[in-house]
Amino acid sequence: MRLTVGGRVASIASDSAPTGPGKEPFPLEANASVVCRLRVNQDVRECAISPHTTLLEALRYGLGLTGSKQGCDKGDCGACTVVVDDQPVLACISLALAYHDGPAITTIEGVAEGGRPHPLQDAFDLAGGAQCGFCTPGILMSAWALLRRNPAPSREEIAHALSGNLCRCTGYTKILEAVEQAAARLREGPRAV
Amino acid sequence: MPSEERLRPPEWPGGRAAAPHGEFRVVGRRNRKIEGLAKVTGRAIYADDITLPRMLHAKLLRSIHAHASIRGIDASTALALPGVHAVITGKDLPEYFGIIPWTQDEQALAETKARYVGDAIAAVAADTELLAEEALRLIRVDDEPLPAVMDIDAALEHPEWQVNEKAREGNISKHVRLEFGDVEGELSRSDVVAEHDYWYEGSTHAPIEPHCAVADYDATGFLTLYSSTQVAHYLHRDLARVLNLPIQRVRVIQPVVGGAFGGKSEPFSLEFCAAKLSMVTGRPVKILYTREEVFYAHRGRHPMRMRYRTGITRDGRLTGVDATIHIDGGAYSSFGLVTTYYSGQLLTAPYRMGAYRFDSTRVFTNKPCCGPKRGHGSVQPRFAFECQVDRLAEAIGMDPIEVRRRNLLGGNTRTVNDLRVTSNGFLECLEAVERASDWTSKFRRLPYGRGVGVAGSMYISGTNYCIYPNEMPQSAVQLKLDRSGRATVFCGASDIGQGSDSMLASIVAEELGLELGDIRVVAADTDLTPVDLGSYSSRETFMAGNACLDAARKLRNLVAETLAGRWGCRADEVTLAGGVACSTRDPQRECTSVREAFQLAEARHGTLGSVGWYQSPKLGGDYRGGTIGASPAYSFTAHVAEVACDAETGWVTVKKIWIAHDCGRALNPVTVEGQMEGSAYMGCAEALMEEHVFKPAAPHHGPGLHHGPSLLDYRIPTSLDTPELESIIIESVDPEGPYGAKEAGEGPLHPSIPAIANAIHDALGIRCDRLPFSPPRVLGLLRATDARAAWERARDQVARPPRPAAVAGAPATSRGRATRGSR
Repeated sequence: MRLTVGGRVASIASDSAPTGPGKEPFPLEANASVVCRLRVNQDVRECAISPHTTLLEALRYGLGLTGSKQGCDKGDCGACTVVVDDQPVLACISLALAYHDGPAITTIEGVAEGGRPHPLQDAFDLAGGAQCGFCTPGILMSAWALLRRNPAPSREEIAHALSGNLCRCTGYTKILEAVEQAAARLREGPRAV
Repeated sequence: MPSEERLRPPEWPGGRAAAPHGEFRVVGRRNRKIEGLAKVTGRAIYADDITLPRMLHAKLLRSIHAHASIRGIDASTALALPGVHAVITGKDLPEYFGIIPWTQDEQALAETKARYVGDAIAAVAADTELLAEEALRLIRVDDEPLPAVMDIDAALEHPEWQVNEKAREGNISKHVRLEFGDVEGELSRSDVVAEHDYWYEGSTHAPIEPHCAVADYDATGFLTLYSSTQVAHYLHRDLARVLNLPIQRVRVIQPVVGGAFGGKSEPFSLEFCAAKLSMVTGRPVKILYTREEVFYAHRGRHPMRMRYRTGITRDGRLTGVDATIHIDGGAYSSFGLVTTYYSGQLLTAPYRMGAYRFDSTRVFTNKPCCGPKRGHGSVQPRFAFECQVDRLAEAIGMDPIEVRRRNLLGGNTRTVNDLRVTSNGFLECLEAVERASDWTSKFRRLPYGRGVGVAGSMYISGTNYCIYPNEMPQSAVQLKLDRSGRATVFCGASDIGQGSDSMLASIVAEELGLELGDIRVVAADTDLTPVDLGSYSSRETFMAGNACLDAARKLRNLVAETLAGRWGCRADEVTLAGGVACSTRDPQRECTSVREAFQLAEARHGTLGSVGWYQSPKLGGDYRGGTIGASPAYSFTAHVAEVACDAETGWVTVKKIWIAHDCGRALNPVTVEGQMEGSAYMGCAEALMEEHVFKPAAPHHGPGLHHGPSLLDYRIPTSLDTPELESIIIESVDPEGPYGAKEAGEGPLHPSIPAIANAIHDALGIRCDRLPFSPPRVLGLLRATDARAAWERARDQVARPPRPAAVAGAPATSRGRATRGSR
């Protein structure tokens, strides 16, 4: 791991700091700048961050993946939801360094396949599941993770899976309908989620 | 004020409501929104997604006192911090502003006095957000706390503790008293008069996108501001004034906005401060509010204390209505002048009333300023009044839907306060929810703890005139046709998620026979788009839609005339639909693509472009304030709510809300349903959960701290808390709306709250007169009253309608009373 302190670039020993889920230790100085390597959307990307940088900040401001949104910055609204190992994760209360060389992260930008909208995205568009669209990326990621775990969720299961994502526009009705429609289409179609 | 020679849009043969080619090809279908795929793929660019080269980040220093005089601010230590580029205070932006020209009482940074906890008093620009925040801590403010006014009573009792020195008198922000007809006479001729007090708690918009602005002042002295606003035009004007810049050297661009609900409908400190800091540093500056700051920036629903006296005759005729309303405005005026009028003016439909009087007083308090939230000013009185109607129905032993039916205002008429009502589909709304909910088998027939309630409402489709008086159009569109077969709409209208961009596109597609994907909408950019006043008062579909219809129809006629000349037929025999232009006379041979038709028209008439504008007719009563509440069209809504209540815990669960809404014509039913469902959700949230309230002083802090400025503590419904919502669209086809359309964004919120309150009464025998209907409140009412007996009594009435006198003295609440009239 490279470490920049006071403008100087140095290497740090691999046994001197506590470890997160990532493979390497990381420094604890607040103003230090380190390179964080993330596996995002089937790509490996690096960005310079501080140890306290959240995963959301690293994605948005470090890697330009602005699809994930900051609605509250404290884990209340779910607009920042990304998916790690099929589980929705709140990127705004996760440290980026915890994912350094870590598991694969999927953001909203990684859901469309080959430039074509994923059936979930298509169903949201068709059913009116997105109004202002600000909560939409987070909701789609929670729904995407749900359908990977459970291809045939009931309406109640969908509502439970999305209960960590606040939407202020729709009253959720069309969101739930969109997920149901997408699940049905995915079960019928040849393409796996 | 509006003159007699008011600019009027053109009249079209066949009117505005009809389809241009006999049948609708685009309008009325469940089309996708034109920006939908950008939103679901994460490509839509919101304000905080914008990063400019060399951009600085700024933060605002906010008052920790609810009321304090500011004697001095020392920022020298903050400025000495490496990476800090500028600090500004109230002295740098002394100009007052305010959305209403007559009540400009705010400064971007409070200069001599902070008026609420969270009032902005200084701003820092630094290399990073974190550094800016660190610098805030180094700013020393020499301030002196003053006595704080924390509620309506304190504001009235202590005029000497003046919150806002721009007030003419004490803490009075605005007072309106209007009377229409002989209220006391009508009340005295009533068989039953109900008199009750209601409290509507404040609530806030809580859009998921926090406010954000990016300012870029360049070397030529030109300011560009990107802001999550819903009123780019008003922001444009106020920016130029406060920053002392020529207005033609200011450009406001609204990126995609992540929800607003009225919470972004006036300028905020961040826009002025980002701009000023950009001017000082010569670099772009971004300010992004934290969620906590969004709660303090507020401008949400006003808390209102309301007393209503309402009379009815034995045969169910509403007589006199007398309202006394006190409104807690917070520290500044905002839209308060309009709020005060709206609290009375918008109650006079959908029911006819014999006479009406309201006396509304808005006061200043040392709390974040209230403003317009979805259903501005009229949601609170609607709650009280619809509960009054429910009580009166019970008192005369009549079904509450029947009482409403007997007092229908109807269409093509005027209200008691002289509002012109044209199309009116309220009866259809009422009967639709009655049928859909299976009302007659449920009302007063469900077991204890279960109940249904009904309520109705009306709302404006845009206001009669601009916030600053002028004779120019309220909305305008420029339309450009390209020889590629593409149309571009330029319009100042503000899409905040409600779908106004798609509304414009669908009108152009309908008129010119194009696919929605062939239309590009450039909106809310003051450099590129003609003025539309913005997304407030439910005006976009009606006003921008009409402007767009005119612009598109002018070009359609031009293209049709060109083809008619070529084919030797009449212009009205030419249709443009689905990308094809043909004559109805011989569609096989006289046929070409719309693209080629555009090219032929361009060859004959030159470059193709047109303008359309909308200006409402002169409306409103001939009295002071008579234009406030006057709208070219009104929407109507009826709700039935079904609840399940736990009498042991006081927990109320709304099982379902049936929503019937008269939107004139649904240009896109998906979008209209989305507005209806979102509105009912938001009303339900206000009824059961939301409280925008502040803490009193405690040992560790003064008064005025928000109770829970986070999306965890300020509880808004999740997918599990939201009831089932069923939307029923009613189309009354308004004669003046674009294709007959009216609003759908705000009206459908109103009846949710009283429908739920009335359903709780049907379920438990208690009257919830104070919001929210939280478990402690409901339990308190159950314990304070003989609820079960009241429930039994109400149930008996359905079987045996009582004589009014027998029930007049027996309302369920402790504070209210019902009195018998003299007839």
